[in-house]
Order: sequence, then structure tokens, then C-alpha cells
Amino acid sequence: MTEAAPERPKLSVRGLDFYYGEHQALFDNTIDIAPAKVTAVIGPSGCGKSTHIRVFNRIFELYRDQRATGQVLLDGQDILAPAFDLIELRRRVGMIFQKPTPFPMSVFENLAYGIRLHYRPTRSELHGRVEAALKAAALWDEVKDQMQRPGTALSGGQQQRLCIARAIAVEPDVLLMDEPTSAIDPVATARIEDLVVSLKERYTIVIVTHNMQQAARISDFTAFFYQGRIIELGTTEQVFTAPRERRTEDYITGRFG
Amino acid sequence: MRRRPATGRKITDGAVRALSLVASAVGIFFLGWILLEVARRGAGALGPAFFLDLPSPPGVAGGGLAGAILGTLAITALATLIGVPLGVLTGAYLSELGQGTRFGASVRFCVNTLMGVPSILIGLYVYTLLVLPAGHFSGWAGAVALAIIMLPLTARTTEDMLVLVPDSLRESALALGAPRWRVTLDVIFRAARGGVVTGVLLAVARVSGETAPLLFTALNSPYWPTTLSGPTGNLTVTIFNYAMSPYRDWQQTAWGACLLIMASVLGVTILARALIREKRR
Ligand SMILES: Nc1ncnc2c1ncn2[C@@H]1O[C@H](COP(=O)(O)OP(=O)(O)OP(=O)(O)O)[C@@H](O)[C@H]1O
Ligand SMILES: [Mg+2]
Repeated sequence: MTEAAPERPKLSVRGLDFYYGEHQALFDNTIDIAPAKVTAVIGPSGCGKSTHIRVFNRIFELYRDQRATGQVLLDGQDILAPAFDLIELRRRVGMIFQKPTPFPMSVFENLAYGIRLHYRPTRSELHGRVEAALKAAALWDEVKDQMQRPGTALSGGQQQRLCIARAIAVEPDVLLMDEPTSAIDPVATARIEDLVVSLKERYTIVIVTHNMQQAARISDFTAFFYQGRIIELGTTEQVFTAPRERRTEDYITGRFG
Repeated sequence: MRRRPATGRKITDGAVRALSLVASAVGIFFLGWILLEVARRGAGALGPAFFLDLPSPPGVAGGGLAGAILGTLAITALATLIGVPLGVLTGAYLSELGQGTRFGASVRFCVNTLMGVPSILIGLYVYTLLVLPAGHFSGWAGAVALAIIMLPLTARTTEDMLVLVPDSLRESALALGAPRWRVTLDVIFRAARGGVVTGVLLAVARVSGETAPLLFTALNSPYWPTTLSGPTGNLTVTIFNYAMSPYRDWQQTAWGACLLIMASVLGVTILARALIREKRR
């Protein structure tokens, strides 16, 4: 993957192993994630895609029996080091989940909540930041007159864009997306795909998807995972047209998975 | 392969249906009977004097339970103030931090056990703990006894309600950079507030009818509850005393007090149900 070489990677994973209790789910993962690009993570169900990206914001630490070893460098700093400030890590690395998860508050509060966690905005700064994030998430026009409605009252696709706006509002560098469109209808999916492409100018995006066309449409790089190992990483074009590994080809052409 | 005939299944199905119908009908019948009987006998006692006056001696017309009503309100409010924060925090601990830990499991076990302890035992416990050393009965002791009864009830329902909140909501709040305590207070409690409030209301309803724990703690008093440092009038012990008395008008007043408690508990329960429905919307 020579194309990514010139710039320093946003994230560098070195020898990452992951354990659910006794069960090892990731084996010696090593990968570089290019800055300001979309990297798609593909592979059959249970191969460790979610597990892998859930290390990037250390969200797995919510669960007592889950453990990661190895190195994950964010701009050269090891985020797995105990000294790394977890709250700052999560500000810098946002996450979007498979099912939209609006907080039980108004649309406005959904965004303001994260902003207030990390900043001390004045009233007008807060409103400005909320508006900017909703615009960046292509949701502003639809919700600008219903800021006080509960976030849960929006449609599924709108809720997912609300979650993206919420993540953007705290000014992260990286956005992790775990199958963000799998619970959403095709029209809303297309909007989110457009959104992802428009966001990559400012954010490094890692997106897990089961949808090959989606990966091909929106990503610059593609990583193929199989049984907890990273089999192949390359530009999306290369991986989809001339995969180096037999297993990648079999998966992409639908022979298994 | 030979098919099983359907007749046997149908007969069993019919029998189970009939049995459960009869069981529910029996339950509802007795509830209805009690409600009607209490309403019929108690309604006559509930004049203005009942709510405004202190008791009069047997045989003397007039008089009411104003002191006992205020006393019950004060003791219950105080018990809520002590028991609910402890219970809610315990429930939050069990759901949010104690999952899968040994300590959490022990706390849960204790909560469940405490819930099964007969309330008279809790009354005696507080009697030895507070009443004996002080040398006299007190409303404070009554409130502590009721608070101890409320603690496991609210802890249990709070845990049950918080556990229902999906992990994905916890994860997304954490992923935004919220510290754990803020996730719990701002997001998880907010998502579950209807259920938690309902649990609190049901606990209030439950203790407002307790007699045994007050018998050994607050005792009773025919005076205004100007202080909770001495024996304090309350409705349930008043019912106990009046119903056991040989005087017709006292017995009548006891029915009135029963009706009042019943109506309040019914009111609180209906409120709680309305809140649950509100939450589901
Ligand atoms: N909470 C858990 N406890 C134990 N094992 C788990 C847990 N979550 C995932 N695993 C195991 O870890 C492996 C990787 O799971 P992971 O969820 O990362 O796969 P995935 O590639 O995201 O799959 P999918 O495409 O179905 O989302 C699987 O073998 C799975 O069974
Ligand atoms: Mg997954």
C-alpha cells in the first residue's frame, strides 16, 4: 500500500491482540490508517471488525473481561498506555454505532451535551457549534425548527445523522463507524454515504461495512479481516480489482462470508 | 410417523385457561369486596372534623384524626427522604458498577434478603437501636424503620429499570467522552426515569400502610405532631388501637382511616401506572 506512505498515518496499530476473557478475538493486528481518508473494514461475520475498531476509543473497557495488548498510536502516541487521558481520547476519536442511539433529550441537548462535556461555551458559541455540526451532518434543514423535540422522535436515518452530528460537535480527528447504515433504509443510507464522503476532508474515517458496494463507493482504503487477522490492506481500487490474497478475492466475489 | 391427536392438547389448553380464569376472578373478587366494604363502612366517618380535629374521648361526638394524618405524612415523607436516595443509589451501583462483581452480588443478595424480612422485625430492630437508648418512642425512629423497608424496594426497582437501558446508550455516552458517573446520571437515569419514579411511588404506597414497624417506634399519640422526638400520631397504629377498642364511634373512625389510606395508596398507584404509560409513549 504505497499510496498511503507519504503522510504520517493517523493511527498505527502494531501487534494488537484482543481477548474476551480467555477467548482471543484479534491476532497480531498491524495496520496504518491514513489521515483524512475513508478506510473500510470488511470481512465475514465474527472476524473481529467491531472488536478491532472498538480498541481505537477504548470503549471495550466498559466490560471487565475484555483486554487489548499491543500498540495503537494516535498521532504517534500510544492510546493503550494507561496514562493516556481517556476522556480526551474519546473527544478525539468519535464513534457511530450500528443502531442510532439518540440520548433521551431534545435534539438540541443531544448535541449540546457533548459540547458541554469538553468545552465551556457561551450561549452563542454553543448555538453556533450546534448549528455547524447539524449542517456538517446534513441534518440542519430538517431539524432547525424542531430543536426542542426529543431526539428519539426523529426517523431512523435522521437519528443516525443526529449521532454523527453529536460526534462531530466535539471536534474529533477520527470517526469510527460500525455498520452505520445497516439499520437504515436505502434512501437514508445514500444520504449517509454522501455525508461520509463529504466529511473525510476534515476527519479520518474508519467504517465497518458488510456492503461491498458501499465499501467500493465511499472508501479510499480497504482492509480485509478474516478470523481475527488482517489479511490485506490496500487502496480500495486495488483490493477490489486486484486482490493480492486468495481469501480476499473469494470474499469479495461472494464465494464465502 | 403417526401424528399426535389434537384432542388431548385441546382439553389441557381449556383446563389451564379455565383454572387461571378462576384464580384471577377469586383475586379480583376479594379485592373488590374489601374495597367496597371499606368504602361502605368508612365513608360515614369522613366529615370535615375527621380531617381537621384531634380525637375526642369515646362517646363524645365530633373529633377527628388530623394529628394522625399529619403524623403519617411527616413520618412517610421523612422515611422517603432517607430511604429513597439510599435505595436509588444502591440500585444504580448494582446496575452500573456492581454487575459481575463479587461485592455487587453480595449487595444484591442482602437487598433481596432485606426485602423478605418481616416488617415487625425491622420495627423491633429500630426499637433496640433507637428507642431503647433514647428511652422513649419517637417519630424519627418510625421514619428510620420505614426507610429501612423502602431501601431494598427502591434499590430493586431502580436496578431493574437501569438494567433495561441498552448498553449501546452507555457506550455512546462514554464514546463521546462522558465520565462514567455523568453517563449514569445524565443519560441512563434519564432514559429510565419513568420506571425509577414509579418504583419510588410504589415503595411510598407500600410503607404508608405499614403498622408493625411503627408500633415499636413511633407508637401513637392523640396530639398534634409538633415534634417527631416523641411518640407521634399516625393512621395505621390509630386504626389498630381504635379497631380493637370497644367503642362504636372509635371503630367507625378506624374504618374512615382505612378508607383514607386505601384511597391514597390507590391514588399513588394510579399515578405510578400513568407514569409508566407516559414513559412507554
Ligand atoms: N462480548 C463478547 N464476548 C465474547 N466474545 C465476543 C464478544 N463479542 C464478540 N466476540 C467474539 O469475538 C469475535 C469477533 O467478533 P466481532 O463482533 O468483532 O466480529 P465482527 O467482525 O464485528 O462481526 P459482525 O460482522 O457480525 O459484526 C467473534 O468470534 C465473536 O464471537
Ligand atoms: Mg460487528
